[in-house]
Amino acid sequence: MATEPATTDEAFRAPAAFEEEARREGVHGVGPWRLGVRRLRRNRVALFFGFLFVLLVLVCVAAPIWSKQVAHTGPNENHLTDRIVVDGEEKDVVALDGVPIGPTWQGEFFLGADKNGRDVMVRLLYGGRNSLVIGITAALMTTVLSIILGLLAGFLRGRTDTAIRGLLDVMWSFPVVILGVALGVALALGGLQLGPINISGDSLLITIFVIGLVYIPYMARPVRGQVLSLREKEFVEAARAQGASPLRVMFGEVLPNLASTVLVFFTLLIANAILLEAALSFLGAGVRPPNPSWGTMIDEGVDRIATAPHLTIVPGLMLVITVLSLNVFGDGVRDALDPRAKVRLEH
Amino acid sequence: MARFVVRRLIQMVLVMFAVSILTFLIFNVIPNGDPAVRMAGRQPTETQIEAIRKEWGFDENIFVQYFTTMKKVFTGDLQSYFTQLPVGEEILKGLPRTLSLAIGAAILWMLVAIAFGLYSAVKAGKFADRFLTIIALIGISMPVFWIGALMNYYLGFKLGIFPNGGYVEFTEDPIDWFYHLILPWTALAILFIGFYSRVLRSNVLDTINEDYVRTARAKGLSERQIMLRHVLRNSMIPIITLWGLDFGAVLGGGAILTETVFDLQGVGQYAADSIGQLDVPPVLAVTLFAAFFIVLLNAIVDIIYAYLDPRIRLQ
Repeated sequence: MATEPATTDEAFRAPAAFEEEARREGVHGVGPWRLGVRRLRRNRVALFFGFLFVLLVLVCVAAPIWSKQVAHTGPNENHLTDRIVVDGEEKDVVALDGVPIGPTWQGEFFLGADKNGRDVMVRLLYGGRNSLVIGITAALMTTVLSIILGLLAGFLRGRTDTAIRGLLDVMWSFPVVILGVALGVALALGGLQLGPINISGDSLLITIFVIGLVYIPYMARPVRGQVLSLREKEFVEAARAQGASPLRVMFGEVLPNLASTVLVFFTLLIANAILLEAALSFLGAGVRPPNPSWGTMIDEGVDRIATAPHLTIVPGLMLVITVLSLNVFGDGVRDALDPRAKVRLEH
Repeated sequence: MARFVVRRLIQMVLVMFAVSILTFLIFNVIPNGDPAVRMAGRQPTETQIEAIRKEWGFDENIFVQYFTTMKKVFTGDLQSYFTQLPVGEEILKGLPRTLSLAIGAAILWMLVAIAFGLYSAVKAGKFADRFLTIIALIGISMPVFWIGALMNYYLGFKLGIFPNGGYVEFTEDPIDWFYHLILPWTALAILFIGFYSRVLRSNVLDTINEDYVRTARAKGLSERQIMLRHVLRNSMIPIITLWGLDFGAVLGGGAILTETVFDLQGVGQYAADSIGQLDVPPVLAVTLFAAFFIVLLNAIVDIIYAYLDPRIRLQ
């Protein structure tokens, strides 16, 4: 503590002498984050599912490799009249009565074909890319907008709070799926024009935008609540007393303390966004065919469940495994960072 | 208390008003398609389109359109753009189906969730707890239409244990009504069972450490009495709140996916069909109907809370 601290921030760090003493006594200063990581590492189940999710993402990213090297076909290539040799026997990819071939468990048509003779495995991987991109981007959008709204409402209070809360209340009053479908259909018909941005109706961005929007109240409300209690804390007062501007207090002091909530929400939001994508696509308001996604694949599968159940089972199982891994991992992260928190996301 | 109720009800009306404007805007401003062109069918002439525009009032100012539409909502004169059927009647036709689905599923998910959550908490950390936790997590990770379609196919179509979708009026044949609804109830309840049992489990674990539970034990009450009378009762409050809100959401079209996959022809499915055709009046009506239940149950929950906890009234 000989030299003058360089910035005001450093003045509030634990003095070096203090740390020295702690080390001598055998006491280690462990921050909440390191404590969280330590707890998470002990939770084998959560870690397993976390890795499983990463693995699923990597597999889907590698879709072109499977498509080119193993299956030798693209996600939208039809093979209606092709024949294929399975176990030394030549078979139609799509039989004369329109029933597609089931899983062959070999390179081509590993998981069978769909009604147009498209390779289900290839579509599953490319569809996974779309579902994951939509899920992650939409969750990111919800998270960023919810943080901004929650911070503004909780920190500024007064009229801003009333206005934002009113907006969230109105959004909250729509059933998630109905609002999503309504927006999805309306936007898909005309596309979206926001100033210079022009998005065509069949773009994935529409689905991302819709899903990113409808979950905002579910996250912005708890964030606002937390900001309300954080802004009364001593460290906020201390920062203000030092002359920090409101923006600086908001982003420099309050925001970092929201990090654990945000992280947990983000994980669970991805899971829910993937589920909502599937629901919207099932109702015809999500990803536009022939563009694959797990949702559109299930939708196409359900129509033919009696003759080709693999078209429903395969994409659904993939989706359930992905969402489950995110849910279990998100749960583990929450338990590790804040064992007493009660974060709940609505479907 | 009276002031709180009045204020809450005024707030409710304001939210409903905003919801109606927002829904109207979503369908009238965003799509750059003209409803008259869509309604006129294939290769319409300019005069045909013009006539439709006049007849339905599409040539009016957007504010006028909004107000005439809302007036029709309240007088029950709202008509579908495409089928020309009165919307109010169609919703009333679907209502018993949606009600049957929602009430049955709500009872089912509550009972099963209590059993799961309580057992899980009693066996906390043991195999049974972990097993139920995994089951609950799988439950919340499954799309309802996917598990619904699989149940319908394997249990209904292939094994023939249950009917393959459809609905039978309660007044016609109560047993068949029940029989047709078993699968939809189960499919819809799975998700909620997952959520509720986990919330209940953590609430029970919190309550178990309360002083009054220790007192009850010291008094010599049986473990069963302690769990049911003292622990469960106090752990139920948050669950009942959630139950009210979710029931409102399911009633108001939240079961749109379940209804569609089991072809129940309820209010949710009516909305799904109308949305696909960009048929504004039914969608507007169903959305308002849905929002009404959600807002109403929110208000009821708030008022009950305020009644139980005077501090809330003063905020």
